[in-house]
Amino acid sequence: MSATELGIVRPASGLTATLQHARHVITENPVTGVAFALFLVLILAAILGPSLVPYDPLATDSSASLRPPSAAHWFGTDQLGRDIFSRVVVATRLDMIIAVSSVAVVFAAGGLAGISAGYFGGWTDRIVGRLADTIMAFPLFVLAMGIVAALGNTVTNIVIATAVVNFPLYARLARAEANIRRDAGFVLAARLAGNTDARILLFHILPNILPIMVVQMSLTMGYAILNAAGLSFIGLGVRPPTPEWGIMVAEGAAGIISGEWWVALFPGLTLMGAVFCFNLLGDGLRDIVDPRRRT
Amino acid sequence: METLPLLDVHDLTVEFATRRGVVRAVEHVDLSVRRGEILGIVGESGSGKSVTSYAVMRILDRAGRIAEGSVTFSGMDLRDLPESDMRDLRGREISMVFQNPRAALNPIRKIGRQIEDVLLRHGQCTRADARAKAIAMLDRVRIARPEERYDAYPFELSGGMCQRVVIALALACRPRLLIADEPTTGLDVTTQKAVMDLIVELTRESRMSAILITHDLGLAAAYCDSVMVMEKGRVVEAAPAATIFSAPTHPYTKRLLRATPRPGATLRDLVMDPPPETVPAAIPKTGRLLDVRGLVKTYGAVNAVDGIDLHIDRGESVGLVGESGCGKSTTSMMIMRLLDPSDGSIHFDGQEIAAIPARAFPRHPLRKRIQMVFQDPTDSLNPRFTAERAIADPILRMADRMGRDALRARCEDLAGLVGLPTHLLDRFPHQLSGGQKARVGIARAIALNPDLVILDEPTAALDVSVQAVVLNLLEELKISLGMSYLFVSHDLHVVRLLCDRVIVMRAGRIVEQGTAQQVLEAPTADYTRELLAAVPHPPA
Repeated sequence: MSATELGIVRPASGLTATLQHARHVITENPVTGVAFALFLVLILAAILGPSLVPYDPLATDSSASLRPPSAAHWFGTDQLGRDIFSRVVVATRLDMIIAVSSVAVVFAAGGLAGISAGYFGGWTDRIVGRLADTIMAFPLFVLAMGIVAALGNTVTNIVIATAVVNFPLYARLARAEANIRRDAGFVLAARLAGNTDARILLFHILPNILPIMVVQMSLTMGYAILNAAGLSFIGLGVRPPTPEWGIMVAEGAAGIISGEWWVALFPGLTLMGAVFCFNLLGDGLRDIVDPRRRT
Repeated sequence: METLPLLDVHDLTVEFATRRGVVRAVEHVDLSVRRGEILGIVGESGSGKSVTSYAVMRILDRAGRIAEGSVTFSGMDLRDLPESDMRDLRGREISMVFQNPRAALNPIRKIGRQIEDVLLRHGQCTRADARAKAIAMLDRVRIARPEERYDAYPFELSGGMCQRVVIALALACRPRLLIADEPTTGLDVTTQKAVMDLIVELTRESRMSAILITHDLGLAAAYCDSVMVMEKGRVVEAAPAATIFSAPTHPYTKRLLRATPRPGATLRDLVMDPPPETVPAAIPKTGRLLDVRGLVKTYGAVNAVDGIDLHIDRGESVGLVGESGCGKSTTSMMIMRLLDPSDGSIHFDGQEIAAIPARAFPRHPLRKRIQMVFQDPTDSLNPRFTAERAIADPILRMADRMGRDALRARCEDLAGLVGLPTHLLDRFPHQLSGGQKARVGIARAIALNPDLVILDEPTAALDVSVQAVVLNLLEELKISLGMSYLFVSHDLHVVRLLCDRVIVMRAGRIVEQGTAQQVLEAPTADYTRELLAAVPHPPA
């Protein structure tokens, strides 16, 4: 029995209600709180990182190469004597930009294609469905490699490649969610109210599937970072000396055997932390965005 | 006569832990069921009637617990029984029939197999004779051709059939107590009668006891020995079925009785304080508003609607009655221009509208003159729109542009018209009660002063007391705004209250039409008589 039926409904209004609800979600599940804190750190690092770090991330110092972590160099230094901590922090911005823009692109393209497919059915559904199937037929990382290799080694192309490989996920999710709502009473009511199909899709159905899409977005953020780093790791995409987590892991990979573990470990850990944070964030966000949870 | 009751519940209190503290769903409930007795628990949603039975079965969800009281079943204290013993008891000694039979059956398992599962689980049969016993059970619940139906999947059966299978499952192990939680909600009246007759007959036959949980006082009075009325988690009245109908003592029971549509009562009889007579619209409108001829809708080889002629005059309300699958909803969807007819014409105010494709109709100027109130108030409101946004939607799309303040004022006017307190306008559907959601749906439908409103079972999902108020509201609005109604329903008594004329449909065709009085009091078609007879009659 829900609280509504028992008549203990509390009027919720605007921002205060949202904040109260957010607080409830965080206190109920402390992991969400941790994820949000991590997210905040990532955002701050992305915005303020370059002006906060102690060393220039590109400045080499041959006298101080491959130093283990110390008070002067928290994460140690790499082969060229660059401060790894500074490089890890500065790299946040680039990695976040790639992740955010690829997710934004795929959300717009895949989400729209998916809800149209689910709502209209017929040919729209067939075309979107086969497109998604075609993309799914390739090993996704290999496909991303192919796209970047074919289009050229730029950040824009990494964004495009990451968006393309994620397209089926969004299209299918949005299709399934829109499909179960196409005959819902509120959609019929919207049609009676004079809404055209486009309006129904964008203003009636989309807001309803947004919570689940937000969860998906958060999860793919992690994947997008991983994908970008992976592409850089194998030499596609971002090029040295630009600080980027994937390249840094690649540069340090050889050193692990000879004992210089810190060169690869710290960028790797940061990468893992970021992916982890986005995955946890997904669950927390769903609870906050979904109005039905606010009872 | 045994002195010890089969089930004895004493001073039961059930609590739920919610975000805003502990809520008592059931408080100090006493009840007892003797051997062979059928007890009815009647109450509206949120009265705690289902929770009481869940507590007896110990199937409360995680947040709920029995805080006080005792539950004794044939001498055993169920509250302290280990869960393993309780599992044994459920199904074998006490079994339950739930509201939605389709949800209660495993969709991918043959129904015969599902009965066998229960029999085997409780050691009532061996692998060798399972099939024979399962078929015997199907036969016992009056399923025709049980050998064939043994291999049927739930989706191949009608709702009433599925409910019979669920009853067969519940009775498979010859339990001593059957708890039926709204077993006929969502079924047609004729099916309801068949299912209830079956439950009562089987109960009597095997000297079983039963608890019937329902929101329908008439149903409880017609089928139970004694009736217990619950309100807000408390028992307000308990008496033999005949007494409770003829001489209710508690004001709540009286109000409930009064709100139940019954022969001879008018709309205003249903509510305690009838609203003052409504002043009719300034200009009385006359003449033909809607004229439907030869309307046909074909799905594959099936004619869902098979050549319907009907008309509605201005200011008139017409009831369209029939059981599920008779084509009444398809008809209303076509008139509403949400669905394209296969053949036939629909003239609205002299204009032919059947030829305009449903896809293009939202932009048609006639759109705002034909509106609809949907059956399920929850499903028909966008979960992410506030009440105000929902009401404003048709105004934003189809009326002349107006400023924010003017729009808010218009929404407040409409809320006032339908009796929705204005502070509720900022709430989301899940923060509103069923009756409040229904009012939002009505306000949305009348927002642009339509000429014709189709009411698709607008009160089917509501409690009787709320239904009484909503029906009165609809009547008032009709008179004051001069609208016409097409009232689609399966409930003849509700239709009679609101409608001038009634059309009875069956299998896509009209079997009878005439004035409400004529159709209900002197029906000419056999089918209409059958429908009327199926409505539960309380003991006089």
